Amino acid sequence: MDTSSRVIGFPVSRIDGPLKVTGTAPYAAEHEAPDGLLHGFVTVATIASGRIAEIDLTEAETFPGVVKIYTHQNRPRTAWWDKAWKDEVALPGHPLRPLENDRILFDGQPVALVIGTSFEAARDAASLIRMTYHEDEPHTDLRFEQDQSYVPKEKRSGISPPPKPRGDADRAFSQSPYQISADYFQEGEHHNPMELFASTVIYGEDGSLTIHDKTQGSQNVQSYIASVFELKPDKVRVLNKFVGGAFGSGLRPKHQVFLSVMAALDLKRSVKLELSRREMFYLTWRPATVQTVSMAADDEGHLTAIMHHAVQATSLYEDYQEVVVNWSGLAYRCDNVKLTYELTELNVSTPGDMRAPGAATGVFALESVIDELSYEVGIDPLDMRIRNFVHIDQNMDKQLTSKALHACYREGAERFGWASRSPAPRSMRDGRDLVGWGMATGVWEASLMQSTAKVKLERNGHVTVSAAASDIGTGTYTILAQVGADSFGIGAEQVTVAIGDSSLPKSPVEGGSWTAASSGSAVQVAATTVRQTLLKHARDLPNSPLKDASVEQTAIRDGRLVLAVNDQAGVAIADIMDAAGVDFIEELGEVGPDQAQMKTFISYTHSAAFVEVKVDEELGVIRVTRVVSAIAAGRILNPKTARSQILGGVVMGIGMALHEEGMFDHRTGRIMNHNLAEYHVPAHADIHDIEVIFVEEHDDKASPLGVKGLGEIGIVGVAAAVANAIYHATGTRFRHLPITIDKLYYAQEAAE
Amino acid sequence: MKPFEYLRPSDVSEAVAALAANPEAQVLAGGTNLVDLMKYDVTHPGAVIDINRLPLKEIEQLEDGTFRIGALVSNSIAAYHAGIAGELPLLSSAILAGASPQLRNAATCGGNLLQRTRCYYFYDASTPCNKREPGSGCGAVGGVNRIHAILGASQHCIATHPSDMCVALAALDTVVDVAGPTGDRQIPFLDFHRLPGDHPERDNTLQQGEIVTAIRVSGGHFKRHHSYLKLRDRLSYAFALVSVAAALDIGEDGTILDIRVALGGVAHKPWRDPLAETECAGQPANRDTFQALATRLLAGARGQGDNDFKIEMARRAIVRALEQAAAGTPQIQSHKAIF
Ligand SMILES: Cc1cc2nc3c(=O)[nH]c(=O)nc-3n(C[C@H](O)[C@H](O)[C@H](O)COP(=O)(O)OP(=O)(O)OC[C@H]3O[C@@H](n4cnc5c(N)ncnc54)[C@H](O)[C@@H]3O)c2cc1C
Ligand code: SF4
Repeated sequence: MDTSSRVIGFPVSRIDGPLKVTGTAPYAAEHEAPDGLLHGFVTVATIASGRIAEIDLTEAETFPGVVKIYTHQNRPRTAWWDKAWKDEVALPGHPLRPLENDRILFDGQPVALVIGTSFEAARDAASLIRMTYHEDEPHTDLRFEQDQSYVPKEKRSGISPPPKPRGDADRAFSQSPYQISADYFQEGEHHNPMELFASTVIYGEDGSLTIHDKTQGSQNVQSYIASVFELKPDKVRVLNKFVGGAFGSGLRPKHQVFLSVMAALDLKRSVKLELSRREMFYLTWRPATVQTVSMAADDEGHLTAIMHHAVQATSLYEDYQEVVVNWSGLAYRCDNVKLTYELTELNVSTPGDMRAPGAATGVFALESVIDELSYEVGIDPLDMRIRNFVHIDQNMDKQLTSKALHACYREGAERFGWASRSPAPRSMRDGRDLVGWGMATGVWEASLMQSTAKVKLERNGHVTVSAAASDIGTGTYTILAQVGADSFGIGAEQVTVAIGDSSLPKSPVEGGSWTAASSGSAVQVAATTVRQTLLKHARDLPNSPLKDASVEQTAIRDGRLVLAVNDQAGVAIADIMDAAGVDFIEELGEVGPDQAQMKTFISYTHSAAFVEVKVDEELGVIRVTRVVSAIAAGRILNPKTARSQILGGVVMGIGMALHEEGMFDHRTGRIMNHNLAEYHVPAHADIHDIEVIFVEEHDDKASPLGVKGLGEIGIVGVAAAVANAIYHATGTRFRHLPITIDKLYYAQEAAE
Repeated sequence: MKPFEYLRPSDVSEAVAALAANPEAQVLAGGTNLVDLMKYDVTHPGAVIDINRLPLKEIEQLEDGTFRIGALVSNSIAAYHAGIAGELPLLSSAILAGASPQLRNAATCGGNLLQRTRCYYFYDASTPCNKREPGSGCGAVGGVNRIHAILGASQHCIATHPSDMCVALAALDTVVDVAGPTGDRQIPFLDFHRLPGDHPERDNTLQQGEIVTAIRVSGGHFKRHHSYLKLRDRLSYAFALVSVAAALDIGEDGTILDIRVALGGVAHKPWRDPLAETECAGQPANRDTFQALATRLLAGARGQGDNDFKIEMARRAIVRALEQAAAGTPQIQSHKAIF
């Protein structure tokens, strides 16, 4: 099928951009209700472990403007079985049921909900609730508790447990001339997208609910709410037209949607509930992780053994899991591999997916170790990686659908100027500063999920694309418009995109970087079907010039369906529809993973990150002055939105390397830096030149569109590349993230 | 946040009277600190006295060269004021090292002096804190304390004063103009903030009912040799772990005529040791002298665990800032590279 319009692969600006920059794109907390809104405010636990002893609501309940206060003592009835509480991406264990009972399992757990006639009334009353607790000793220090670790009994759906060992890693390790074995620790990172978790629940006269929710999956929230409150699914509609960033935090329904719906149903009123910035620190987080990696090589630098063990924090009620160690078995060729993964229960809220969950963590350790080993063997760190290139997935024993990683290495190194790097640590300087150049490989899975989309072509040529998919700031609106436009020979701005609505065609939650590939492909399939129907009608016309044409031989130009090779031969869309007696043609498209292909093939995106740091060693000040990130991610639908994704990933990776950490007072099990003044993410001054390269990568298997997805690969490897650059600059290996300024002092002290 | 009375007096005496009349009352200037603290339930003023209508927005240069900066002058206006930037570049530089442009536009010079500590426990009303709630204990001792004090702390409080501007003011010659129920008075800057001792709830020596009306600063003889060096957890928009305001007056022979070093981020008040400074007079302005001074300044320094690194950090920062000052190459705040 000829799709000659210049939309796919072009840097189309976001079609939702003007709404966003003018502040007219409404977010979850920015909706009103016809009956007026009640407002909620959540009171959270101030202990990390124990029981609620007493709740004194005397002052709070009589506060002007208070409508009702909910605690575990008066919470309305909800579904009984755990199964009803399991959302689409739920974990093994017992999902949190807010206000279920008096048990406190983590700091910041919701313990009361105040509903008031105004936000201020609810908040002020909340501060008058007197909770007393029976406190138990909290356990929050992973490094201290890791000897309590266990292999999760039930595997998390969609997350591969470590593969069986291959070869004999212990023996190969002990017999190799070059060996590195090191421990890595990473503090927890806490999701803080700009938009806070919020829900506006509009209570309909017939008892139906329209919920504007901050989520990455409207249909996931819709089925969760219907199931938990035992409602007819058609009585619940969830909308997430605009999402102010999520990065994985919004994959699962959060307690604000449960609580606001609970109150709305109980009070038969519309309710709005927005969590505070502080509460963001008690929700979904990238878990603290301890890793041990042992790696050995022969005299030529070929890897002979890899052993990677990780222990991650999880909550007392769910076994959160991510793929941390498997990367070590598939990133490089190695025949002796042993990978193990365990969890430790702590008094924390259940961790959750945060941009490239697992890979960001595991690849940090892997790419630090291989870097260290390259120095041991005495070869260039980039060379070391190239030497161990692998073109299959040895974990799964599968072929790869594509892997243009060599191009990432080559083009990235070229742009960065890697060739002029002086190999020895501490050998490059700029005035007083030590200069370090480091690099790392990144890898992330590329998946295609079961997805549907509708495409509608109207008589006047207007195209509407719809799916329940979400745009969490990633550019979904724009790329779906592009794919839709491409099939009809029009511009992206001529396509209406309807997404972010549970009533639209079924889509998975937006996560795992699969939306472009999955929803994009579904749109393409639907559009092709529309074109087929259109052609069928055209063929039925008397003397149709398209009589013998197949859909592949046709094109749409200027509102006419024409022969691709001769656009004089064709018929206007309007005429075709008139003759067929229809005003529009609408078709559903569906895509899903190709099970047969998956038996032999698997898909990954790859990257190479090159980083320059300058370190004022005396003062401990590190600056990341230059980053080149070269990405192989199949077909790039829109280099502008794609580049933004990678830039964001790199910035987050720098934050992971240098800044982000939740600081716990382990005596009380409480997080102390729960605001954005003290929980640091990179500021503008921390970010200098970032260059993004997309290398050519043709892939006809990863997805029908040839797209692999880009949301996550940008962060993977960045923290390691920064740490490796710091090593090259200073000669000190930092294995504990984030590498804050104090660690440089302590390292020097230890060296002395 | 609790309901409160809101007053907006139009002159100083009215403001002072309102403040003196109600021990629960607090002054609102730019609001960048007070409003946060109210929202976080850290402080609950019974009355908020909005002083933004008071005529305290002028910067004037007095005959002796001293700058008199009204308490309501914004941090940005003060920093970019041509006279201040020219004569007291150390002060400009310290202001610009703080917060963000938006905050500096809203924050006032009076408010900057009176901003509260950034101690995590002070900010979290559900933890013990002697400063927030006298007698409740100190959460930070033995807790998360990497941003806490290494000098002048007491067992009751190890908080630091977070201001950058005040560190420069402490290094220069500064006096705080105050109006109160018993009349006006002037407080030498080094006496304005206090150490926590047994009363960490008191940050400074203002008396009940007093407001700051202006600050008077001089120190033009340091305009060639000065530097404000701030070390923090990211390159901008973070409070100082350690900061140094260094000022030198160097004679033709290269010896020190006058030297000032004030430290931020290390104590409950900007830290200075005037006696140690005096003893540097006549010595060469070189690394040895600076190191010796650093050692003296930090003689009583004691870490709390997480913040042990600050002692060495402060030592090196003092030396570097003085070297920058001596070389006439002050730290540039818009460029984060350190020379
Ligand atoms: C995220 C963030 C980052 C920041 N980073 C920095 C930084 O890096 N460095 C830095 O130095 N500062 C920093 N600040 C603090 C900022 O400088 C202060 O908040 C600001 O200077 C306070 O001034 P204001 O006018 O807003 O004071 P307000 O908030 O109005 O008042 C603060 C206090 O001073 C009292 N007060 C105000 N004016 C007077 C007066 N004339 N007389 C008596 N009492 C008065 C108030 O009652 C209140 O107790 C930061 C602030 C934030 C929020
Ligand atoms: S250090 Fe001071 S401010 Fe911090 S908790 Fe202790 S008493 Fe409160």
